[in-house]
Amino acid sequence: MRLIDSESPRIKELKFIWKRLRSSPLSLAGLAIIIFFTLIAIFAPVLAPPRGGRDPYMMPRFGFSPTPRPPSPEAIFGTTEGQYDLYYGIIWGTRTAYRIGLLVVLASALVGIVIGSIAGYYKGVIDEVLMRITDIFLAFPSLILAMAFVVAFGRSLDSVTLALIIVSWPSYARLIRGEVLKVTAEDFVEAAKAVGCSDFRVIVKHVLPNTIFPLLVMASLDIGSIVLTAAALSFLGLGAPTGYSDWGQIISLSRNWITGAPGNPFAYWHTYIIPGVFLFLFVMGWNLLGDALRDALDPMMRRR
Amino acid sequence: MGSNLRTYIARRLLLVIPTLIGVTLLIFAVTQLFDPVQRASLYIRDPKNLRAIDEVIRKYGLDQPFYIQYFSWLSQLLEGNLGWSQSLHMRVIDALVTRAPATIELAMYAAPLTIILGIRLGKLSAVKKDTWVDHFTRAFAIIGWSLPAFWLGIVLLAFFYGGLGIFSPGRLSPWAEALIRSGEFKVYTGLYTIDSILNLNAAVFLDALSHLVLPVTTLTIIDVALIMRIMRSSMLEQLGKTYIIAARARGLDEKTVVDKHATKNALIPVITISGLLTAGMLSGMVITETIFEFKGVGYFAAHAATQLDIPAVLGFALLTGIIFVIANLIVDLLYAYVDPRIRLG
Repeated sequence: MRLIDSESPRIKELKFIWKRLRSSPLSLAGLAIIIFFTLIAIFAPVLAPPRGGRDPYMMPRFGFSPTPRPPSPEAIFGTTEGQYDLYYGIIWGTRTAYRIGLLVVLASALVGIVIGSIAGYYKGVIDEVLMRITDIFLAFPSLILAMAFVVAFGRSLDSVTLALIIVSWPSYARLIRGEVLKVTAEDFVEAAKAVGCSDFRVIVKHVLPNTIFPLLVMASLDIGSIVLTAAALSFLGLGAPTGYSDWGQIISLSRNWITGAPGNPFAYWHTYIIPGVFLFLFVMGWNLLGDALRDALDPMMRRR
Repeated sequence: MGSNLRTYIARRLLLVIPTLIGVTLLIFAVTQLFDPVQRASLYIRDPKNLRAIDEVIRKYGLDQPFYIQYFSWLSQLLEGNLGWSQSLHMRVIDALVTRAPATIELAMYAAPLTIILGIRLGKLSAVKKDTWVDHFTRAFAIIGWSLPAFWLGIVLLAFFYGGLGIFSPGRLSPWAEALIRSGEFKVYTGLYTIDSILNLNAAVFLDALSHLVLPVTTLTIIDVALIMRIMRSSMLEQLGKTYIIAARARGLDEKTVVDKHATKNALIPVITISGLLTAGMLSGMVITETIFEFKGVGYFAAHAATQLDIPAVLGFALLTGIIFVIANLIVDLLYAYVDPRIRLG
């Protein structure tokens, strides 16, 4: 029997989290959904080969008639307004969702880490100033503040991404600051300072690694809500241009067709049901995983 | 009232001032993304007057350093001048005021429904922990939380309006709209369900109510999860406390223990989350009003945004920021009043 456990505490933590995740059917479902969408995003060029010489994110069209056509062997999910191929748009839309979700989360986490650790580590006036600035951004509902920035930057998917980063970083900064405050009160940080480590080294080597798990929970829950907000902005006509493979934009193309055809009210069901189900499942997958991670990491709920 | 509570309230009220200044600063910062000519054009009503642009720049001091500009912008703001809305052809402030009743009416039904339903479901879920009732309500919460509001709205509209021919979009049917404009119907508040009661007109009341069903349902389904989750975990926490065991040991029946003891304490964290609910509702309004053509403030903002009507969008953002700050203030004061640790501390 070993008296001293040689395994790194973080590896142990990961193993513990995995054990918790494995025991919950909901989190496994979330994980399965995420793997499903990740595979779609990776293999998009195989699943829906783009025609050469054009932007692969633009959906191909089967003609120019406005009226959507139902699913057929030629277009298995049918076409939407303007004969855009729904199947193609949904496959490549997965990449769009991932691109926005990951880019926004990574960038805002990075900004949040820098601001949050400076505030939490140096405390005092610096902390006060940085946190008051953070509060101002948090004083708006995020969709509405993002909308204002998109309008100022001009309508495009890049504007949506940038606007979402601007409204998302404050939550990360606040989280990291709190964690840093907690960690810097520990003896090992004092010890690191005592042996002459620079502030930068103390923060990066000793403080930040201890904040990684709460950050992961937040990031996973955030991907879902960021993709939702981005889709909402595209739906409102502020994001992706018409014909771009973006779930929100694709759903907005169905708006004229929800009352159906005379005598057949659900004639165009495929134009809103199919893209909506994909968007919903994507968001739910990330929410399920984030929820499970939060439970697994909650000290109140663990038994060790 | 203890002196602690009084200092707490005073400190909390004082904190609102810097936050509100910050909110105006951020919105002002967005206007600074444009050059003076672009900003001047935001004040101009008629494209024919574009030649007067230099005069506007001088009048509003748009070529001055930013802090001078901020103060002149702020003084315009305090006079209610939020600029001119190109998409509606009226002052932004007037547009917000005329459209406010529709949004208030929507919130008046959606917010209480969300809160009551959230508390009930959360409580039920906690009391019946790990039974099928609990699994079902939790699944409902996670689904509601992951549903895109705009898509839910479209599906509801397709099913009820497209399929069954009921619950049409808009605030009123055309005949009721005509009646309200005719002058025979007196508009007191602009909230049609209330005005119709005051006019003793049951037909208009039912018409207005039927137009509220789908938007209120959408808002409730999207936001109820927020309240439910907090209520469930807070209820579970209370039910595990020793005072509950003591109450049971004294022989109190389960209903009294749950309703009189646990629920009362479990409600405290729900109050803190109400601030977030306000934000959720405000964002939800933009989407919901757009889908259901319910012409309130959110509908106006979304349409202004698609036409790049900058003053309108910024005016709306500023308004929601102020509402959110005030909501958070009320939440904190209420919390201080309810929580004995702060009230008596």
